Amino acid sequence: MKAAVLVFPGINRERDMARTLKLVSGRAPAMVWHADTALPPGTDLVVVPGGFSYGDYLRCGAIAARAPIMDAVRAHAAKGGLVLGVCNGFQILCEAGLLPGVLMRNQNLKFICRDVHLRVERSDTPFTRGYNAGQVIRVPVAHGEGNYIADGKTIARLEGEDRVLFRYAAPDGMIDPNWNHNGAINAIAGILNDKGNVLGMMPHPENHVEASMGATDGRGLFAGLVQHLEKAA
Amino acid sequence: MKARVTVTLKSGILDPQGKAIEGALKTLGVKGVSNVRQGKVFDIEIKGKDRKAVTAALKAAADKLLANTVIENYDVKLLK
Repeated sequence: MKAAVLVFPGINRERDMARTLKLVSGRAPAMVWHADTALPPGTDLVVVPGGFSYGDYLRCGAIAARAPIMDAVRAHAAKGGLVLGVCNGFQILCEAGLLPGVLMRNQNLKFICRDVHLRVERSDTPFTRGYNAGQVIRVPVAHGEGNYIADGKTIARLEGEDRVLFRYAAPDGMIDPNWNHNGAINAIAGILNDKGNVLGMMPHPENHVEASMGATDGRGLFAGLVQHLEKAA
Repeated sequence: MKARVTVTLKSGILDPQGKAIEGALKTLGVKGVSNVRQGKVFDIEIKGKDRKAVTAALKAAADKLLANTVIENYDVKLLK
């Protein structure tokens, strides 16, 4: 797996992400600066990590989404290349138009930093093949703006095309407003683009990949990507 | 030329910040307030004399960056 992790000013999870990618795939990712205009040749996965790019000025992810490197990311995605956006990375992908909708302020107006349970809705995508459909995983979230929303037509389309890959759920997998921490519509925690090669999610799978972290539930996402890319190669 | 771009949330979009502000206003005893919505104002200086061209440039700026048109509307006003 030849991964590239984008680095914007104010991003702070890029090293967690790089460490996980190396741990699971055996290969350290390229760290790509926002002002660059090209991805390293042969890149097969672009990761937009979490943090607070540009201090969340204007809107979360708004300024990073217009950075020079994003044209290369758009071209990569248009060719079918895989793109994963986590947390601020999800916000950036929405602002860049690579994913529909927007992440609004959490319904309770609080920054939420805790473990959450996610129900994996599908296992037949490059991002979720390491899981079973219906499986519940425990991973952390850390965000103030994770309340996903889009217009009714977009939501209907996302649901109709089974493009919601992760939902906030109770530990037993039930969808329950009490476990929908940020108030996202339909408890949406992660969505796929229409071509199935771009995933954005608010939770941090990269932070639960080793026993010493308390859980390894995030590992399946990266292991699945490695498998998918090996099979494709 | 000086201009002001105002960005507001579209109707129907939930505004938790506006709700919190509304609650605080009520706590302060401001009577009769409802539907508080928070927006943004950008004061911009821009070169050019042709009002039409300047307005078009600012609209492009709003579409590209200042507003997220999924959830926000904007209004461009030339001040002088």
